Amino acid sequence: MSTTVNQAANGGVAQRGKRARAARRRATVWHFIGLLVVFLSSVFPFYWMVTTSLKSQSDALAYPPKWLFSPTFHHYSAALFEHDVAGSLLNSLIIASSTTVLAILLGTPAAYALARYEFRGKEDLWFWFISNRMVSPVVLAVPFFLIATKLDIVDTHIVLILLYLTFSLPIVVWICTDQFRNIPVELDEAARLDGASPWRVFWRINLPLAMPGIVVSAIFAFIFSWNDLLYALVLTRTEAITSPVAATSYMSGYELPWGEIMATGTLIVLPMVVFALLVSGRLVQGLTMGAVK
Amino acid sequence: MANGTVASATQPRRPRKHARRFGILPRSPAFWFLFPAIFALAVIGIYPLLLALYNSFHQYKLADLASGTPFVGVDNYIATLSDPSFWGALGRTALFLCLTLPIEIALGLFAALMLHRMDLRFMRAAARVSLVIPMATTYAVVGLIGRLIFNRQFGVANYLTGLFGIPPQDWLADPTLAFVSVMIMDIWQWTPFCALIMLAGLSMVPKEAEEAARLETPKWSMILWHLQRPYLLPGLTAILILRSADMLKMFDAVFTMTRGGPGAATEFISVYIQRVGFRLFDQGMASAQAIILLILTIVLSRLYIRFVYREAA
Repeated sequence: MSTTVNQAANGGVAQRGKRARAARRRATVWHFIGLLVVFLSSVFPFYWMVTTSLKSQSDALAYPPKWLFSPTFHHYSAALFEHDVAGSLLNSLIIASSTTVLAILLGTPAAYALARYEFRGKEDLWFWFISNRMVSPVVLAVPFFLIATKLDIVDTHIVLILLYLTFSLPIVVWICTDQFRNIPVELDEAARLDGASPWRVFWRINLPLAMPGIVVSAIFAFIFSWNDLLYALVLTRTEAITSPVAATSYMSGYELPWGEIMATGTLIVLPMVVFALLVSGRLVQGLTMGAVK
Repeated sequence: MANGTVASATQPRRPRKHARRFGILPRSPAFWFLFPAIFALAVIGIYPLLLALYNSFHQYKLADLASGTPFVGVDNYIATLSDPSFWGALGRTALFLCLTLPIEIALGLFAALMLHRMDLRFMRAAARVSLVIPMATTYAVVGLIGRLIFNRQFGVANYLTGLFGIPPQDWLADPTLAFVSVMIMDIWQWTPFCALIMLAGLSMVPKEAEEAARLETPKWSMILWHLQRPYLLPGLTAILILRSADMLKMFDAVFTMTRGGPGAATEFISVYIQRVGFRLFDQGMASAQAIILLILTIVLSRLYIRFVYREAA
């Protein structure tokens, strides 16, 4: 009798095990579908932009939409050279890299001071740096337009390089402060005992050790500057227009050259996607001002 | 910013050695490390704000400079606060936030839970990487993609809704649908941000506790509510405040997608101020509106510091 009970019990366990395995497999299938949905919905609009940029005008305007088509690079050459997107990309590159370099030069010493020294008003200073992330560009664009008009620097690189410092500098300060805090303060103390000046301690010891954070913050500063439209729209006319402004300038006229517009979009976005992938592990930190890691 | 107070003294409790080292203001290295950044931000960030404040008390019409820029007191503020289109833009922005944010958080939580679950290593990595794409897409280009997808004649949105038997719509010409289209593009771009923040929260849950909970109950909703919720809350606070600030800033994607139209259906606060300042050329009025917007922003940043940084510290 005891054996039959055992057998029954064993059968139950086996049954339950089988059922649990089936449930796990079902869960895995749903998990797979869920991940697929996440992937497809993230990629689709981007995919649609890239494929439209490779379609001929008639394929791009076809309805129902064409999923298969013979690709052409015609729109890229048309956008780059006929519509002079090449010039605007160059402007964007000059402006975004200049502001990034400036932000690093000005921001890393400030970040070092915030990480290493205690002083009155430090919290207020910190608060002020953070507020800059929140301020709508339109708040500064209105008065800055008048200043730029008065100084006659509308439609120059320099005006955007300076304006973009309002967000690139804070991002450098946030990320680098965090980085400097992680460098053992004992290194500073040892160097100071050997008679190194504060500047030397910063320049020769801390800066090289903080390089990973500095590179990440530089990439963020570059991405944010590259992506701006409002400032560039207000403060440039023809000479210094950046690529997002060039992308919006197709918007007049009767039949829109969708292939060229999407080719321009792809040229603008693709380098940013590559940059963002490089810092994907720190993306949240950059977008939340270091509050969430 | 009063530079004089920034680096003036160390904390009094510090040992004397430090006090001597950083005692007098300009000799403190902290001051010289900070000075260039503060100076630059003050010139490009604070001086224009002061100018905006000054202009907001004056008549300043770029199209009518012949009549000068007389002092008008708080007239611009009164005109703004009694202007229904200003409140309309602000209300629309708030409505957009209230409709969009819950969807972004819900979808973000879904994506985060999917990415947090073990197994399917390759698919998880692919989905994780794909989340970067919307976040990296230039806002202006998001608007252009929106115009392409929601095009009346050949847009893929009509094709996709057509699969469910819904007749084609003129998305960007109908006020409600244009609002929804802008919402959809915003949700596309910012759900990954919410997902990654919540994923960071989920990964803070101790592994042992989570394994124990999974042995206790197979229900993910129980685990989410009782075990994971406290770890998600700080991130949610950050999302709430940052997304609110972003909505106040929202300009680029709307400008390229709808220009605020049709009518004023998608004219959010930054788009509205830009129109007043640079299409109607009323700089005095736009300055007053910008100052009001700035005050809202400062409140939000205060909240952010109060609830996100202080909690974390």
